[in-house]
Amino acid sequence: MFQNIGEMVLLFWRTLRALPQVWRQREKVFEQFFEIGNASLLMVAVLSFFIGGVLALQTGPTMVERGLTNFVSGLVGISMARELAPIMMAILIAGRIGSAMAAEIGSMRVYQEIDALRTMNINPVNYLVLPRLIAITFALPMLVTFAILVGWLGGAVVAKATPAIDIPIQSFFESMKIMIDLRDVANGVFKSWCFAWIIGIVSCHQVLVTRGGPRGIGRSVTKAVVNSIVLIVMFDYVLTRLLLE
Amino acid sequence: MTNSTSTNHHGISVQVRGLKRDFGTQSVLKGIDLDVKPGEIFVLMGPSGSGKSVLLRHIIGLEKPDAGEILINGESIENDNVADKYRMAMVFQSGALLNSLTVGENVGLYLREHRLKSPEEIARIVAEKLEVVGLKDAEKKMPSELSGGMKKRVAIARALVIEPQLILYDEPTSELDPLSSIVIGEEILKLNERIGVTSLVVSHDRDLAFGIGHRIAVINEGQIAVMGTPDEVKRSDHPIVRNFIHADFKRAQ
Repeated sequence: MFQNIGEMVLLFWRTLRALPQVWRQREKVFEQFFEIGNASLLMVAVLSFFIGGVLALQTGPTMVERGLTNFVSGLVGISMARELAPIMMAILIAGRIGSAMAAEIGSMRVYQEIDALRTMNINPVNYLVLPRLIAITFALPMLVTFAILVGWLGGAVVAKATPAIDIPIQSFFESMKIMIDLRDVANGVFKSWCFAWIIGIVSCHQVLVTRGGPRGIGRSVTKAVVNSIVLIVMFDYVLTRLLLE
Repeated sequence: MTNSTSTNHHGISVQVRGLKRDFGTQSVLKGIDLDVKPGEIFVLMGPSGSGKSVLLRHIIGLEKPDAGEILINGESIENDNVADKYRMAMVFQSGALLNSLTVGENVGLYLREHRLKSPEEIARIVAEKLEVVGLKDAEKKMPSELSGGMKKRVAIARALVIEPQLILYDEPTSELDPLSSIVIGEEILKLNERIGVTSLVVSHDRDLAFGIGHRIAVINEGQIAVMGTPDEVKRSDHPIVRNFIHADFKRAQ
């Protein structure tokens, strides 16, 4: 385990050192960015709409019953912005994009494509890892911002459509505006930025560790997704702690 | 493996001194010594698992030895500048084409990534090299649409783009029919004659080895059993070498 952590830190450092090369790799960055955004946008919209809706549905009736109607939107808004959107989207992207990255790079290693790059004096970190890491660094925060907005909308629609809550959409957003400020959204976006690096590095780390044939690739994909999710949840606690202080 | 395309086509020499490599408890290379002269076609033969491909991977710098050294034109491969100073290429057994790129993109990858030529010039060079290997119509195809022999020829075209001074071929005729093997063998010879490139060929194809090799080394269990010209190797009375060279399928009577 410690060897893996060491290798990941080293890979992260090597990717940071390759940052001056990013302009040369811009086409691949855009390609990856499109891949991540295009592949996930609809799923992000559906997921966050229903998360916002469920949140309103779970808490709304009880709060309304206790005379806390004005706080329903605040609870939905803060939960989505600070916690649910960043962590749920990070888990979604780890499963959808992290697994694809690990599979692609892992198979490139198994089928000697990475060796071929090295014999052509093409650095695999610059060619493969850097564009993916840069793309996910921008794509995930943007997806999370989108998820926060859709989640709020989901909460508002459910709050209006549920007779036990019955808050007009306009009132929902007006009371949310009073309870939420830009810092709440910035917290979520900052978290997603850190999660993007975790997904990128853990998934691309498979460049170094994939061994064997198709079974090895399968193992790498599973490890990339599971390790990403575990690290995301652990870092979520640490970041929440730091951001609250 | 350099970022420049010079017009200097002279081959370079390779010296291997006391090369040893273990994988776990298995000793794969047990002290290999050999010299490959500039412009020579040197064939490494031997049974499967004898360490030929591992030796090749050490020479191109993909593996680090436990002991011994490799000199390229007298300079240790460990020196940082060797990879930039000399142009080396490897044709992998599987071709190792990047499956997400077209044939043309694979062939032009080196020039494109190192920004050595304009896109128009790269397109011209790619077409030219694909024509050399007889695949001028395959530029837009994906590697998955190619046969094994075509993949190997694309891999040779990709190596040619580097204008190498040393080419390493790992089992260039494995999985190929006899006619395709002859085409590959002729390509290796033509290249050697045209640009004087030093060629190091790993193969257990006896016809290829004796057909194109200026010198041949037979490796067995991580050691060189015999080394010499094709005639010297054929005359060798080393039992392993004789068995390997004269092995033939005999139908039960």
